[in-house]
Order: sequence, then structure tokens, then C-alpha cells
Amino acid sequence: MEYVSSLTGFRFDGRRPNEMRQIRGEIGVLAKADGSALFEMGNTKVIAAVFGPREVQNKSQQIDNQALVRCEYSMANFSTGDRARKPKGDRNIISYSADHGSKYINTFDASFSGKNLKQIDIFLQVLQADGGTRSACINAATLALADAGIPMRDIVTSCSAGYLCSTPLLDLNYVEDSAGGPDVTVGLLVKMDKMTLLQVIALMPTFFFFCCCICFVLLFV
Amino acid sequence: MLQSKSFVKKTKQGRVVKVVREHYLRDDIHCGAEICKVCQSSSVRLSSSASILIIDTNVVLHQIDLLENPAINNVIVLSVVLDEVRNRNMSVYNRMKALCTDAMKNFYVFSNEHHRDTYVKEMVGESPNDRNDRAIRFAARWYQSHLGEGTQILLITNDRENKRKAVEEGISAETIESYVRSLQQPNLLDLVVIPTSAVKEEIDDLRPLKRKAFYLEHKPMSEITSGLLHRIYHQGKLRVNRYNPFEAYVGSESIGDEIVIYGRVNMNRAFDEDVVAVELLPKDQWSGVKSFIAVDDDEDEEDDIHMVPSSADAPPRNTNVANGHSGSTPIISDRPVGRVIGIIKRNWDSYCGSLEPMPFPAGNGGAASALFVSKDRRIPKIRILTHQLGNLIDKRIIVTVDSWDCSSKYPSGHYVRTIGEIGDRDTESEVILIDNDINTRPFSVQVLACLPPLPWSLSVEDMANPHREDLRHLRVFSVDPPGCRDIDDALHCTTSANGNFEVGVHIADVTNFVYPGTPLDEEAAQRGTSVYLVEKRIDMLPKPLTEDICSLRADVERLAFSVIWEMTPNAEIISTKYTKSIIKSCAALSYIEAQARMDDSRMVDPVTTDLRNLNSLAKIMRQRRVDRGALTLASAEVKFQIDTETHDPLDIGMYQIREANQMIEEFMLAANVSVAEKILKHFPLCSLLRRHPTPTKEMLEPLVHTAASVGLDLDISTSKALADSLDHAVGDDPYFNKLIRILATRCMTQAVYFCSGDLAPAEFHHYGLASPLYTHFTSPIRRYADVMVHRLLAAALEIAKLPPVFLDGQRLTQLADNLNHRHRNAQMAGRASVELHTLIYFRKRPTDTEARIVKIKANGFIVFVPKFGIEGPVHLTAKGDKQGDWSVDAKGQTMTKAGTNTSYRTLQTVRIHLEVVEPQPHRPKLELTLI
Repeated sequence: MEYVSSLTGFRFDGRRPNEMRQIRGEIGVLAKADGSALFEMGNTKVIAAVFGPREVQNKSQQIDNQALVRCEYSMANFSTGDRARKPKGDRNIISYSADHGSKYINTFDASFSGKNLKQIDIFLQVLQADGGTRSACINAATLALADAGIPMRDIVTSCSAGYLCSTPLLDLNYVEDSAGGPDVTVGLLVKMDKMTLLQVIALMPTFFFFCCCICFVLLFV
Repeated sequence: MLQSKSFVKKTKQGRVVKVVREHYLRDDIHCGAEICKVCQSSSVRLSSSASILIIDTNVVLHQIDLLENPAINNVIVLSVVLDEVRNRNMSVYNRMKALCTDAMKNFYVFSNEHHRDTYVKEMVGESPNDRNDRAIRFAARWYQSHLGEGTQILLITNDRENKRKAVEEGISAETIESYVRSLQQPNLLDLVVIPTSAVKEEIDDLRPLKRKAFYLEHKPMSEITSGLLHRIYHQGKLRVNRYNPFEAYVGSESIGDEIVIYGRVNMNRAFDEDVVAVELLPKDQWSGVKSFIAVDDDEDEEDDIHMVPSSADAPPRNTNVANGHSGSTPIISDRPVGRVIGIIKRNWDSYCGSLEPMPFPAGNGGAASALFVSKDRRIPKIRILTHQLGNLIDKRIIVTVDSWDCSSKYPSGHYVRTIGEIGDRDTESEVILIDNDINTRPFSVQVLACLPPLPWSLSVEDMANPHREDLRHLRVFSVDPPGCRDIDDALHCTTSANGNFEVGVHIADVTNFVYPGTPLDEEAAQRGTSVYLVEKRIDMLPKPLTEDICSLRADVERLAFSVIWEMTPNAEIISTKYTKSIIKSCAALSYIEAQARMDDSRMVDPVTTDLRNLNSLAKIMRQRRVDRGALTLASAEVKFQIDTETHDPLDIGMYQIREANQMIEEFMLAANVSVAEKILKHFPLCSLLRRHPTPTKEMLEPLVHTAASVGLDLDISTSKALADSLDHAVGDDPYFNKLIRILATRCMTQAVYFCSGDLAPAEFHHYGLASPLYTHFTSPIRRYADVMVHRLLAAALEIAKLPPVFLDGQRLTQLADNLNHRHRNAQMAGRASVELHTLIYFRKRPTDTEARIVKIKANGFIVFVPKFGIEGPVHLTAKGDKQGDWSVDAKGQTMTKAGTNTSYRTLQTVRIHLEVVEPQPHRPKLELTLI
């Protein structure tokens, strides 16, 4: 399939290869949570709720001088418009929780580590999935954390990129995502100019990984 | 600006899902017109001199031949039109794409669907078709207001309703016919496809008595689908018998056998290679007509016998068989017989041929209806309308099929272009090239711009390149056919102190000049291979590269890619080295010269010694290969001696294979195998390899039967066993062994290129060469596969980066498929060219000669003439004669004349007479008759 028209250079939805979808963010959408955000990338819609910093509930998990970040990710049953899909036991969830948990540790400022309030809970729920849910979750979580007033060293932002029809494409939607091409998600600390996440999903020779990174950097910078 | 697009669609599993997609509208899409002051000028394609055309979908779909004509220019192609065309007809879409990127044509693609001012939203109750028509009109109106009154925007549509609405809305609109008429070029009018209804009227006028339907109506698609599901109908690709256009086969998976279809009525307007739905006839109508060789393709015979039965329910009697060519009493056979009830996928194409001679209609200048006869006998005659009958009557022309109504006997089509005079050798050669879809256009300016400046010589950078080894001190030489100018391989052989040999194969370093992604590279990838006809060669790369810069000629310094082995005197490879190199060939020998040197014991010069060493190594390698089970297959290769002045063939004979040929072949095979191993080791998922599938038992069955009939027992269990039994198949006849090998070759499928990521390693096997891995590395000047392999090898050696195309699995598979397709076409063209020259040769020289029977048919047999490499049918019964005298035995291996002892069996030697006859004008053919 021609994911990028060779005649007009447009993708199916009218974007150029290096263009993102429309993004929209809103904070404070949930009154009960300490911080919350609703984030949209095109038709992908994610809600994030942050509780904390609070006391560590399970004392055995407490580690001195370190904060505990718990992240729970789930996809709403209706998010894909396909009811048959069961979110439980999805491979993504496990890897997501692990990812998110470890990722944020280094991002937070150590300023609150002196107090006893050391647990932060992040809940992410995908309301509508149209590709790039991982990136949308990270962006939503960042907004919610900022809303909760948790001190952070930098803002984490994320976007995905792929490679189809010999063209690097930024911010894949569902149709492009399921085309079977390689796909890389990157999380960046913008001010610190550092990368916190680099995840590639593809069947490809090892060095192709580098091509992906390069194409991403080209698109993003 | 964002628009949400939402629609409901049915998935393959039959579920209905709602799909929501984003649809972005932009303000940075340019109009592409030269006179526009607002839009960016970098993308200008439309000149301001003439009026600008906007074409409707139906015009693109039906008039693509006209659009390809240089007279049609300055056209806006809307993206809504392109999308519709893509959904309806992929081949037209591809041609349209080529048109839009052609630098010579001013076709501009305007993304009206994503432009903020031209996007139209579907209205409630509006069909998608109406919405698209409205979008086209809307875009036309936008263009008119955008460019102002100074420029004329003309909407070309053949849809009456659309045209009416356009005029109402104040857009100037015309039909394609009236537009072409206004151009005042009568030749163009022939290219216009007249809608079917108009043609029908015309035919009805001509033959008022024959208004009756000739063919059964095709069943609607829904009925076919459900019929296929319930196994009432069977689906398959229709293949028309090459020797008898009234007989066709449909290979059906649901039956597991071929369904035979007799006669044009039962074929029901299906063309060769169409995918059709077939219904089986009741068993009592499976008349056992053995496959016939059509005595004559006189289609007028059809008139009486090919009528549709009065009631549609009653299947047609097998009239063709009963009254037609045979006159035999129908025997019930076990081969399923059927008839086509619907066509699932058309394979209509354009065809080369000529017009049937006809009396000139009264009054010149008007449109005349003529019958077009294709060169390919499998294609029925095609009715066309022409305004230039006088010009076309003695020309070879190209015609495209447009439609075939069930009330007309012949399909209707339209003229595309003229090739040249019938019978002229150049014209006929061109016909061959067109038939095989071979690009003969001269290389474009962009392609030629990629060539290095001439005269080329070794540069300082090349010498300083650390990856390039200087091998100029080596005694390198090449051995090729006489007169070869594109020398892509050379060899060297030196003796080491420890008695081992160092053998090097040096291949022209084409990739040093052809960079990936350049126009030159893309052109070569598209052509795939050079094509060798009897009298000329169609190059894959421009001449300066093939004959000079890359060609490893004698006494000049050239760049090469070398594979160097250290070998023991027993031809065991101890080590392999791959490197880019600089070589200087000391001799460009021909096979004959090389052979003569080796045979002449008085010659002891270094080159001759090297040749002898190489030859002794090659013999050992060959023997080892044969022991592994490599097959020595044969094909009927023929060589012509061509008159240098007239280019007519002077003599004809089988191509002689010498020891020197085999020696070169052996080292090339070894180099290919070595390279295949190397690239696969480094790139297990994206290497380009070549495989030859193991033939199945069923495929080899005809060979075994034929061999059995002459008392020969072939063991086909393994390639080794087959090779051995082929070796033992020696009769009294010197040609016998070769003939058996030719038959064996025909039973097998061709070797193909593939991408290593697509198949399991067990399938990489090359059956014919008995090698687990194989690729093509040794002829990069004339094959694109070798160019790709060179790049892979260079990347494996870390000399160069791997081009991105290798990382795109789909694209790589596409490339490999194209190479296979081009390779097959090049072979077919080569064969057709030989056939053409055989015809020219025998035109003046009727000959008597010996031939071997290769296949028995009911009314004759197919013979092979070893001396000339010709194969053709011999008829034992005259046209219209009773066939009953001859009976064929159960296995179809012998035929006997009733009441006499005269009998013929396969592989028997017969004497025949060869002569060129012209039973129908412009279709000369070589006739073989028994003496």
C-alpha cells in the first residue's frame, strides 16, 4: 500500500511525512486526583491521574532516600471500538508498567525525598486508541505530574516515528502503525537535551535500529 | 483545519465496523499554474499558453491511451480522481502515475481532497459517486476563480449528468470526443474509445440479421461468489491452447484437475489469462476429443457452429467438436469439460497485429469499422473503428480491448499506435519487443547525466582507495563469445610455491559507477536485464558503461570486484578472498581461440598454461558438481550467421558448446556460490539469492512416460538419480540424449530470484546446480540482480553502506519479482527473435530435413528439428478430413493408421519438409510436412 502518495507526498490523512497530528492537552480534569490531565494526539485520547506524593502504603517497599513511583496503565474496553479485545494479560501492560515505573525515578527532583511522603501513583487510561498510545500516555502523565505540582528536573515529552514506503514518518496513526513497518518511540527531556526512552518494535537487521534513530532525530530536531 | 471522516465498512470476516479517520485540510497546496501569482512557483507544471483541462474519472479509466498521446497536455489530475481510478483499475492507475511524473507531459496532481477551499463534505443521502462528481466540479470552479477569467479551465467528462450540472454551474465542460475533434487531428480520433452503446448501434446497423446474442450473459458477481462457495462453479485462470485458439484450460483447485473448455461460445468472451468462473457440463457431454492441433485458424468457420442455444437453461451442445475440425464421433472421456459463466478478473491488454484485409468502404475520410487480427493466435479478432483505414491496412498496429458485449461476436477495441510495415524485419523485431514489454526507449537525459565524463581513465582517488587492491601485475585475461563487447568477467590463475593455485574471478565493478537511488540505477532496476535478440542487443545500462568504462577489455586498466580462491591441485577451496581491485587484462580471447590454444600442444606461453591449469581445475570441479547431482540440461539454442549488409540470416545451426565454455561457466558458478555464502552470512534476511525449486513427481511424469515408451527407465527420485539416468540415456541416435535432456528441462520450473527473508533456508536450494545456495554475481553489466548482489557484497565487506532498499522487505520482494518477470520476458523475446529469423531464413530456402517426434496429438504430432532447433506441428490429416483413420494408444505415445502398419511413436525419427506458407495474409508461418 502507498502510505505516502508518490505524486502528492501526502499521507492518507493529509499530513506530510514530518508532520504531527493535532495535539490538545487539558489539566485538572479530575477533581479528586492531586493532578490530572487529558491528552489527545489526533484521535488518540488518554486520561492521566496522579496521586501523591503520599506515604508509602506498603512499608516493605520503602527504600531510604528514594521515591516509589507506581504506574498503572489500562486501555478502556471501548477504546478500539472493538469489544472482543481483552485488555487483561496484554503484553503491553506489563512492559508499560515496568517502563513507566523506572523511567520517572530519575526525572523527579530529589527535593521531596527528605520527607516521608515518598510514593507517587500514576494512573493512565486510554480512552480512544488510534496509534501512538504510548507517546500519548507519557505526555499525559507529564502534564498530570506538573498539575500535581511534583517537582521534576525536566518535562518528559514523547512521540513515535516509523518507516514506510522508504520514507520516515512522524507520529504514526493506527493505520500506519499496523502496516508492519518498524516503529520507534522516543521520550525526551527537552531542556536537559537527554533521552529517557528509546523503544523500537520491528523485525529487522540490528543496524537498522540506528537508521530508525537517525530518521527520528532528523524528523524531530 | 481538521475534518473527521467516518464511515462504516465490512471486514473480510464479514463483521461491520465503524472506521473513524482524521482528515487534515491544508492551506499550503499550490495550484501548479504558471500564471498564478499567489502560489509558490517551484511546483509549476501547467503552462499558461493553452487552456487547462480537468479530467473526470471515467475519462481516465477509458481513455488512458489518448491521455498518453503527446497532444493531450496541460492537465490537472485531481486526487479524488486518482483515488477512484486506483480503486477501480490498478493498471490504469500505474499508467496515470507514470504520466504525472513524466517530465515531457504537463500533468499536475492537485490534492483537492486536502485543500481547504476545495474539500467538499458528503451531503445526507448523497452517493459517494455523486459526491466525487461534485468535488470535481467544485475544484474546477475553484480553479476558474483562482486563476481568473484570463485562463480557460475546461472540464472533460463523458458523464452526461456531470456535464449538464457543470454547465449549469458555469463551468465550461466538454466530452472527450468533442474536445479531440476541436484539436483537429484526425489520427487522435482513433484513440478515443467510443462508449459501448454507440458501437453496438453501429454493429446492429451493419448486420441487422445477427442481432441475436452470440454469448450467454455473464452471471452477476454475487451469484458467482455464492456458486464458488457451494462448489457449483469453479474458479481458475483460463489458458488458451497455443496451437488451437478454440480450446482452453482452466486449472481449478477445487477439482484438482484442469477443466477443458471447447469453442468460443463456451469460453464466453474470456481472454487468455483471465480469471474466470466455470461451470461443469453434464458428464455425457464430456466428449473425449483428444487435444487437437487446430488445422487452420479460419474463424469464419465459427459462424455456423457458434450460436447460443435457443434457451439459456439448456447447455450448448458440443457443436464445435461435432461439426468442427474433427468430425469424429464424440467419445466420453474422463476429463472434465466446462463452460465459462462469468469473468472474475479481466486480463485485457494491448495487442500487436494487423487489420484483416477488407474492401475499402465507399467514401474516404469517414469512420470505418475494421477487424484487427492479433499476432498472438490465442487472442480473438478485435473490432475497431478507424478514420485512417488506408494508412493502417498494411501496417503492424497496436490495439487495446475496451469491451465485449454478449451480442457482438468480436470484442471491440481501439487503435493505439502504428509500429511499421508488415513483414519488415525491424517492424517485426519491434513487435517482439513490445509483446514482451521490453523498454527500448533511448536513455533519458537524467540517466545519461549520471555517467562519468568520457573518456574515462583510472583516477588517482581510485588508486589511493584503501579498499581497492592493485592487481595490475596479475596476468588476467577474459574468454567470451566472439565479438563480445560487454566483457564482464575475467580470470587469472597463478601457481604458488606449495603447489596450490591462486584463482581469481574478476567482475566488472559496475556499482562503482551506478549509485543506488540515481535515475541511472532506477532505470536499470526497471529494465532488469539486457535483452539479446538475434540481430541486436537492448542494453540495461547506457553504451559508454557497457562497452567501455565497465567492459574488462584487453590492455586497459579497469576497476573490478574480485573473488580470489586458494585452491589445491584437487580443486579444493582452501580460502576465499573478496576485494575491489584494479586489473589490466592482457588478452580478450574468444571461446574458439581459447579452445584452440589449449588443444595446440606446441603453445607453451604463460596464458595458455594458465588456461590449461584452469581447465584441469574446472574439470575436477565439474565432476564434483555432477557427483553431487547437478543436472546437465539442454535447450535448443540456435546460432545464426547474419549478413553484415542486409542483416538477413545466412546460415543457421545449433550453438556449439566447447570445453572452454564449460571452463568459464564452472568458475562463474563457483564465484556465485562463494558470494552467495558470504552475503547470506552477513545479511540473513535481506540477501538476493537465486533458487530452483525441486520439480514434483507430477511435473516429471510426462518425461517418464515418454522415456518409458522407448524402453528407457528414468529414476526421478533425486536430482542425482535423474542426472545419472539422463547420462545413461544413450540411443543409436546422436541427438537422442540431447532430446531427452531438452524434454527434461521443459518439465521443470525456472530458477527464480528471491529475497532470503521471504523463505525458509531449506527452500534456498538450487535443484539444477545441486547447490544449497546460489546467486548471480558475475554479469553486472547485463543483469540488475548482479548489481544488487555487488552492493550486498560491498556492504558485507564494509566497503560501502547498504542501500536503504535492502531494508524494505516488501520493496525488495517487489524488485526480485520484477527481475524474474524481466528475465522471463527477455528469454521469450530472444526465442521469438530466433523464430522470426528462422522464418526469414526459410522463406527463400524450403528444406528437407530430419526431425524427432516429441508429442503425439490426435491428428498429427509435434516434431523437433535438432539441426535448426525448431519445434512445430505436423498434420497427418488434411483440413476437414476425417480424423478416424488414426488412433492413438492409451498413454498417448503411439499413433497407428487403421488397417495399415503405419504407426508413429514419440522420439521416432521422421523426415520432414520445411517451407514458409502464408495461409492468411500477414501471418506467414513455417509449415512442416511429412515426406
